[in-house]
Amino acid sequence: MLEQQDKLLDVENLWVKFPTRNGVFDAVRGISFSLGKERLGIVGESGSGKSMTGRAILRLIRKPGIVTADRIMLHDKDLMTMSEREMRKVRGQRISMVMQDPKFSLNPVMPVGEQIMEAYAQHAKASKAEVKRKALDMLEAVSIRDPERVFRAYPHEMSGGMGQRIMIAMMLIPNPEILIADEPTSALDVSVQTQVLSIMDRLVQERGMGLIFISHDLNLVSSFCDRVLIMYAGRIVETCRADKLHEARHPYTRGLLNSLPRLTEPRERLDVLKRDPAWREAQSVSGAS
Amino acid sequence: MSGLEISHLDVWFGSGHDRVDAVKDVSFRVDSGASFGLVGESGSGKSTILRALTGLVPNWSGEMIVAGEKLARKRTAQFYKKVQMVFQDPYASLHPRHTVDQVLSETLYLHGFDAIDRRIVKLLDDVGLGPSFRFRYPHQLSGGQRQRVAIARALAPEPEILLLDEPTSALDVSVQAEILNLLVDLRMARKLTYVMVSHDLAVVGHMCERIAVMQLGEIVEIMSVADMRAMKTSHPYTKHLLESSLGYKRVATAE
Repeated sequence: MLEQQDKLLDVENLWVKFPTRNGVFDAVRGISFSLGKERLGIVGESGSGKSMTGRAILRLIRKPGIVTADRIMLHDKDLMTMSEREMRKVRGQRISMVMQDPKFSLNPVMPVGEQIMEAYAQHAKASKAEVKRKALDMLEAVSIRDPERVFRAYPHEMSGGMGQRIMIAMMLIPNPEILIADEPTSALDVSVQTQVLSIMDRLVQERGMGLIFISHDLNLVSSFCDRVLIMYAGRIVETCRADKLHEARHPYTRGLLNSLPRLTEPRERLDVLKRDPAWREAQSVSGAS
Repeated sequence: MSGLEISHLDVWFGSGHDRVDAVKDVSFRVDSGASFGLVGESGSGKSTILRALTGLVPNWSGEMIVAGEKLARKRTAQFYKKVQMVFQDPYASLHPRHTVDQVLSETLYLHGFDAIDRRIVKLLDDVGLGPSFRFRYPHQLSGGQRQRVAIARALAPEPEILLLDEPTSALDVSVQAEILNLLVDLRMARKLTYVMVSHDLAVVGHMCERIAVMQLGEIVEIMSVADMRAMKTSHPYTKHLLESSLGYKRVATAE
């Protein structure tokens, strides 16, 4: 159990609902979890509500979507009761988010450097020269070899891996306490993936940042994170230590693990996941650490 | 008999200063009924080889022999009866305003088959979709179901060789397992030859007997899957790929 002051984020009974023509669709159904200074993985298939959870924390769900929660505590402040104005101070500065595809999250008609400077200038009062130096430092921190050149370049001149590292630089420059990374490496090659992960890993360790790592890749999460929440149909079905993921108990988690082909253990046939309607109805497990 | 033989294949795009050599002096052969995997990172030229085989790239040199037929600049109708391709993204490779029935009947009609009605029912059955899917549009199907339709379309002309370009990378792992099982079953039932492109070594390891590792347009190593599993590799790049795909290793910490 974490002490209260070590808890960066505490979410209690979070729901995300979308009214549709055929009644209300519940994307996230009453989940509770907390985050300390750790790497917390959220895994699940598409449609399990993992990305919605990340967005709901930052209150980025647009109307007609509805977010309700008993509380989303960032230290001692409840994000649910904040005004939109106060919320803007939280986004980026205290909690930031890296989205899946760098191509859609960078402004295509603005040089990379200016975008990073903008991210910093939003939150800090500093001279232009200072902001620029800070932006260049940050580019260097995410292992970009020629920061001066990249600073002047436009997003279309970047490769996918570089784009993603720039996004991370931009998100980290205000020095947030929590980073939510939504499939940050899914669009990347394995070796670039390793690079991006080690950058995030280092930042967690050096800055004591809390990381919520949303992914569908079980192997990656089990080797990268400290703790994992497994989501199914908007609920947390199981939570466990990441390195113990392979001993997971829940039939859904077991099913997912068995459906993966493995390099080291060849098999004739892959197991196909059989879904039990009872999983959908079962109560959510608490993800408190 | 060789199912497929490629020797000294070069593929390039653009000319002069802008020339990019996407595939450089690639040679490999795949026996009839075998399953061959091409792995590598994006931009390594693995998909380009498949595109060159099917005649989707304009500039290439070298020699390609497919099922005893030496490929000329222009592919014959015969060729497309023997070789079919399944593309990566089932969301993009099906016409959004054609029903499953239209997709399959057009293919069958173009290849001059008779009894189209009966064949469509059989095809849908073969890929594990019931007859109820026949008159649906792609947007009424899930990703896995769409990929099954794409596979049915590829099987329609009763090909000998199936080229698979990342057939499961857009799908969830549980759906991926279903599609991979389906592909294994179809290969057994129809004695198909597979050439499969993937960036996922585990998937290729599951599906194929031999693999070629590509880097920057060249094949750096051709090895058996048994050697790959045992990490018996001579090339540092292959080793690097294998290690990266086993998961994330913490560098800085001494845990």
